[in-house]
Amino acid sequence: MSNPFFSSLAEFAKGRDSRKFTIEEVARYFMSRTEQLNPSLNVCLSLNENAINRARQLDARLARNGADSPFFGYPIMIKDNLEMEGFPTTCASKILEGYISRRTATSVARLLSLGAIVLGKTNLDEFAMGSSTENSAFGPSKNPWNPTRVPGGSSGGSAAAVAAGLAPLSLGSDTGGSIRQPAAFCGVLGIKPTYGRISRSGLVAFSSSLDQIGPFSGSASDALEALVAMGGRDSLDMTTTERDPGEMRRDFAATRMEETQIGIPEVLFGEGLDPSIRKRLLELREALGGKGAREVPVTLPHSAYGINVYYLVATSEASSNLSRFDGVRYGFRVKNPADLRTMYEETRDAGFGDEVKRRILLGTFALSAGYQEAFYRKARKVQSLIRKDFMEAFQHCDAILTPTSPTPPFAFGEKTGDPLSMYLSDVYTITANLAGLPALSVPVGLDGQGLPVGAHLIGPPWSEGRLLKLAEFISALYPMPLPEVHAGHPTVKGPGDRG
Amino acid sequence: MSTSIHKRPLFRGWEVVVGLEVHTQLLTRTKLFCRCDNRFGAPPNTLVCPVCLGHPGTLPVLNEEAVRLGIRAGLAAGCRISPVSTFERKHYFYPDLPKGYQISQYAQPLLTGGSLKIRTDAGEREISIHRMHLEEDAGKNLHAGIPDSSHVDLNRAGVPLLEIVSDPDIHSPDEAVDYLKRLRLLLRTTRVSDGNMEEGSFRCDINLSIRKPGSTVFGTRVEIKNVNSFRFVHKAMVFEIDRQIDAIEAGEKVLLETRLFDPSSGRTKAMRSKEEALDYRYFPEPDIPLLVVSDSMIDSQRRALPELPEQRADRYCAALGVQRADAEVLVAEEELAHYFEEGMERFRSTSKGEESFKKARDRWTSFILSEVLRETNRRGADVLSGPTSVEHAVGLIDRVLSGSLSFSQAKEVYARAIEEKKTPLDLVEESGLVQMSGEDELLALVEAVLSDNPGEVAAYRGGKERLFGFFVGSVMKKSNGKANPEKVNDILKAKLNG
Repeated sequence: MSNPFFSSLAEFAKGRDSRKFTIEEVARYFMSRTEQLNPSLNVCLSLNENAINRARQLDARLARNGADSPFFGYPIMIKDNLEMEGFPTTCASKILEGYISRRTATSVARLLSLGAIVLGKTNLDEFAMGSSTENSAFGPSKNPWNPTRVPGGSSGGSAAAVAAGLAPLSLGSDTGGSIRQPAAFCGVLGIKPTYGRISRSGLVAFSSSLDQIGPFSGSASDALEALVAMGGRDSLDMTTTERDPGEMRRDFAATRMEETQIGIPEVLFGEGLDPSIRKRLLELREALGGKGAREVPVTLPHSAYGINVYYLVATSEASSNLSRFDGVRYGFRVKNPADLRTMYEETRDAGFGDEVKRRILLGTFALSAGYQEAFYRKARKVQSLIRKDFMEAFQHCDAILTPTSPTPPFAFGEKTGDPLSMYLSDVYTITANLAGLPALSVPVGLDGQGLPVGAHLIGPPWSEGRLLKLAEFISALYPMPLPEVHAGHPTVKGPGDRG
Repeated sequence: MSTSIHKRPLFRGWEVVVGLEVHTQLLTRTKLFCRCDNRFGAPPNTLVCPVCLGHPGTLPVLNEEAVRLGIRAGLAAGCRISPVSTFERKHYFYPDLPKGYQISQYAQPLLTGGSLKIRTDAGEREISIHRMHLEEDAGKNLHAGIPDSSHVDLNRAGVPLLEIVSDPDIHSPDEAVDYLKRLRLLLRTTRVSDGNMEEGSFRCDINLSIRKPGSTVFGTRVEIKNVNSFRFVHKAMVFEIDRQIDAIEAGEKVLLETRLFDPSSGRTKAMRSKEEALDYRYFPEPDIPLLVVSDSMIDSQRRALPELPEQRADRYCAALGVQRADAEVLVAEEELAHYFEEGMERFRSTSKGEESFKKARDRWTSFILSEVLRETNRRGADVLSGPTSVEHAVGLIDRVLSGSLSFSQAKEVYARAIEEKKTPLDLVEESGLVQMSGEDELLALVEAVLSDNPGEVAAYRGGKERLFGFFVGSVMKKSNGKANPEKVNDILKAKLNG
């Protein structure tokens, strides 16, 4: 998270405008750090060779006209299921071999138009399906806090990039916890906004009704600025909101801890939760009480079915969304198939990994004639009950607090043989997607083994501003140490040794 | 809606039950979910973008123009317009379907109900329309001339379609064809579709079964896919009716299956059986919110609705006194109807009195129904403009009405005018075609004929009145066809009877 130049977006803007450093220096620092650390962390799948050029051009523009956005010259990384024109988009899948994007995702384009620099594209579980990046066709990313542990997933590369200080901000996507769980595992802040807040145009769809894009950052205010920059109506995505993203800034400014009612679903702090995580969370509850927040008990009875519902709805949509990868128009295709059917079958068999295939099969089954009523449709009914539970709970509280993950970052291979235990990684995060609600994970220190722990806040629709302010309060209580990987960059030039 | 059973035509003692599904391309500027041009005939894969190519990361954005045209079609056919309708995904793998699913309206279509009046030899009937919904077209696979591989043209992928599903209300090939012709005309008149069948903007699937008259249960239904001309619809149905009757009368069963019509053999052949039927796994399209149609949207389409063919025919009968059968023919081709009406307006303004207007109307109607209709059928709508435009044709008929040209001369001149691309009146001038109408001239001719044939004159006066035609013919011959027959009649009558 930390770097020799600035500790926040605002500080970056100040330093840039006072010419404390150049944009090029900053970009060079992060690029060389990435080149140095990526071989061991496997966080980036591709680097932007044009990044330094762009930085230089931005410096020239800065000298002429100044900068009108804090993001002007700000280096970021994006998950490799987000499109950028002229760059490969792999989704960490073999089936997109050789695919070059024709367009730029709206979220990315909006940051680029403010002057952000994309340094590279980050690793993920194939098509965002997984909780560890172990499903990447290009190998897993390492957790910067402990290289024997997973960084979480599916946006593990983006979370690890920020944690390891390869970029101050990155973008991920979250369908069932894919931003929040890796944020917790890597000790950074990650937020999934309300469904419809940020355009999904240019995000390769996993489960269209659940997917949202969001940032990883070192601070809540940086995440806030990123959401404001990316949010709002997009003519390319009919599901985007008409609401002014600037409302988040206003809510952020207006939120006070003393007036806040924190909903506590007590049952989620009980069985199945790792004891050291529970300990951290109970400490947090006490600390929040000390700051004047009030706890309100809430019940979310249908959330018990969250995992079941999620793995029917998400897989159904995934089976549909991934139909387009057929070898006909782009990407990978087997050589010399005997006929059309064989081309489809062999291309998809060789192109997709096991987890993706598992989910396509599950989703295809759940939508099939004779089964759709019992599976997909029933799941949709329960989904609406889960949403109703939340909306009732928010009659009595401003935000709901839970752990982000039931376990600390696990070891590689620990859960790959047992998909169900892997799916349970998302038990606390999944319901926010099913209900379309904004939710974030904020670091609350380390567990007994020195691994990060995350606290999870879920808010009513469009309450990102307030959630982020609460996260800022929490962050102030838990100054995070740096992961060890930060010690290992003596050759990287800081602002003191310009050459 | 349907008439009583005894009126239904029977085929070898069997009753035929048919429902038709029509896919018609909408006249939008752009495609249904992206802003690529919607037009026919461009080089392969030049009207495409990442959205209609099904690239990753793309999302559909609904074209409101298509919704408006759908509403207009619905209003024209008396459909109920759903205030809220849904889009679903229909899944199957085929190279011409880029996303692996087609976005279509399934659970709640934009339009339900409605009907279309048909008229066949069996009389007038209302065919009820079950539903109309929006969906996207697929591309086209090209196999011809490419050894060992197929190519795909995705220009058509994503073109907006309105699918129009009739109830199983149709009972003969004649009814089916009349329904399709009227539906196509309705869509063309309302500018919803160009209805161009050669270019595939009006395509038909036939669902056909047979049963014994009086039976209230349906027989096993066979679907015949993609029949793309009225003639083929008729042929396919005639073949299929016989095939099904043959099967049942031979003690076999009709299989629930999809068949294809082969125009070269005139036969239908099995494409896939029920067991091979695809499971489309419909589910709500998550990228498109519920389609909400506002009252103002409906009102503006109602205002945009032109006079419909049915109303137009009624008006021709009521206001212009045209015969029902003639009116039906006149409205069947929109350009022809406009031609007819424009001419009528001219005659209305130039006719002196009701009698002379009626005379003009009858001449003009019969001229259009015989000459102009024949020429448009043969050469297309081009003959309705240029040297044989309404203005020029009316000028020609005016000569007939004033008696300076015979109707048969006028027909001949019209045909030559088209052939030689000259205006009819220029031709009349050029060839000195003038009807002989002068009293003195005609009197001289009549007197010559009478004095040449004293025997016949005596016989006529003695009571052989059918000889009158002989005299008329002789006068016409003597005038080289230029004599005004009506005046010849009058003069002959006066001379012979006087």
